[in-house]
Amino acid sequence: MVKIALVGCGVEYSGILKEVEKAALTFGAEIILPDIDLDYIEESYLKFGFSAQSPNLKLMIARAMSIVEGRTKADAVFVCTCFRCAEGALIRNEVRRFIQQNSHIPVVTYSFTEKTKADELFIRMEALVTTVARRSILAREKQEGLTMGIDSGSTTTKVVLMENNKVIGTGWTATKDIMESVNIAAADAFGETGYGWDDIDGIGTTGYGRLTIGKKLNAELIQEEISVNAKGAVYLADKQRGEATVLDIGGMDNKVITVNNGIPDNFTMGGICAGASGRFLDLTSRRLDVDITELGPLAVKGNYRNATLNSYCIVFGIQDLVTTLAAGGSKEDVADAACHSVAQQVYEQQLQEIDIREPLIQVGGTSLISGLVEAVSDILGGIEIIVPDYSQHIGAVGSALLVSGLGNRNNQ
Amino acid sequence: MVKVAIYPPNSLVLGDLIERKGHTVLALQKAMSQKVRDPEIDSPPMNITEEDPLKGLKYAAIEVPSGVRGRMAVIGPLIDDAEAAIIIDDAPIGFGCVGCARTNELAMFCLRKKNIPKLEISYPTNRDETFDMVNKINAFLDSLSEEGGN
Repeated sequence: MVKIALVGCGVEYSGILKEVEKAALTFGAEIILPDIDLDYIEESYLKFGFSAQSPNLKLMIARAMSIVEGRTKADAVFVCTCFRCAEGALIRNEVRRFIQQNSHIPVVTYSFTEKTKADELFIRMEALVTTVARRSILAREKQEGLTMGIDSGSTTTKVVLMENNKVIGTGWTATKDIMESVNIAAADAFGETGYGWDDIDGIGTTGYGRLTIGKKLNAELIQEEISVNAKGAVYLADKQRGEATVLDIGGMDNKVITVNNGIPDNFTMGGICAGASGRFLDLTSRRLDVDITELGPLAVKGNYRNATLNSYCIVFGIQDLVTTLAAGGSKEDVADAACHSVAQQVYEQQLQEIDIREPLIQVGGTSLISGLVEAVSDILGGIEIIVPDYSQHIGAVGSALLVSGLGNRNNQ
Repeated sequence: MVKVAIYPPNSLVLGDLIERKGHTVLALQKAMSQKVRDPEIDSPPMNITEEDPLKGLKYAAIEVPSGVRGRMAVIGPLIDDAEAAIIIDDAPIGFGCVGCARTNELAMFCLRKKNIPKLEISYPTNRDETFDMVNKINAFLDSLSEEGGN
């Protein structure tokens, strides 16, 4: 059983320890609490050098130290503190860095409230267990052979065919019937490559439909999208070493993932408001009567300050944009205002929860909207954003990369 | 007999001194043992549930971290019941601790603003100060007995 050390503050008093344990158990892991004596707390705390006021945060530091020093045997670490605690947030990140810099033990961080439930932690625990149990797969930096990656998203299905470290075919279609969508996208990916299903060495699936598709196709790899997208992003951006942040503003939900040497260590997923998603931009482009592919270049020419946008809501926000157009505002300004609105909300709701590490790699279909990429950079103080080739196929590329070496189905 | 709140609220030393003088100590352990023994709740290790941080809203606003509100849900009622208080400033972890600096600030403030007899002293750093602390606490507890007419 994978042993996950809980290094946290406030877990017991927020009443969520049971939820953390339940989430770990769901993925075949158990939560352990490093045993520490009083003298070791003082010793570790002084050695660490952070003057924490809260004794539980000192205990957190000592527990992290005991893991790094090998006094506690753990396969992975779950670092968590109360949401909205500034001191906790500072130490959470420093403890995460400390463990990563001084060991090879995977770490995931989280800030919780009393309402945190096990299912909110599932994807983190799954990613953590994956990192431990499948570390050799995540360590893969090069694709070999002929592999297929399938990303069955809630809105679109993407299929990528890779051969010897190169993308040789891509397919994309709206997700309707899950398997039918895969077949359509796969047919596009095979395209003129001359290959067919029988030639593939391995298939990797990710996204909402990964389990169904994986079972039907006997996939060699069925993987949650956090590990896959993170890996795909650093691979495509050629940033497999060191730290990075991956941002995926999707049609329905948004993901921000921080990565250390290609392995995800923290992420947030949001999906509360359509106004903070690609859907808002989709509606804006329809209202402006331009194709979604034209929205980005249009926004780049505009100035969001000239458009009135008083609401983040997808309904009232669009109404504001219509009002701006009716008052003689330009399409360019409206397009820019829409991009800034989405970027601002993603910043307020998600990016602030995470310590952004440069470079920021933006992926997913919305990364092709240049105005949105510019708006995100602008809001983050002008940091450089990398949009790699095939960024819209990130999950499929990640799956094709990770499944590489796992299958030899064409020899069977 | 007076109900005496202490800070740190789980200090065994303070609890012992108060009980020796015949007063009732409002200790965190007693409140916690009631929760832990509640067969209706299954939220180990301390049976704090989602409801507790919500009860803590009586003492701290919603933007205050859940861990602070969860602690205040248990410590707050002890402060509410207090008829006297002893606060030890800058106590080390081993003397008693609730783990959270923000909770310490809030709980001590709640005790200080209560219109009850209070004794606030710094944690001793040497033998003489230790004797002095114990003497002050005993004198304070005796004065409570006198005020209470016992």
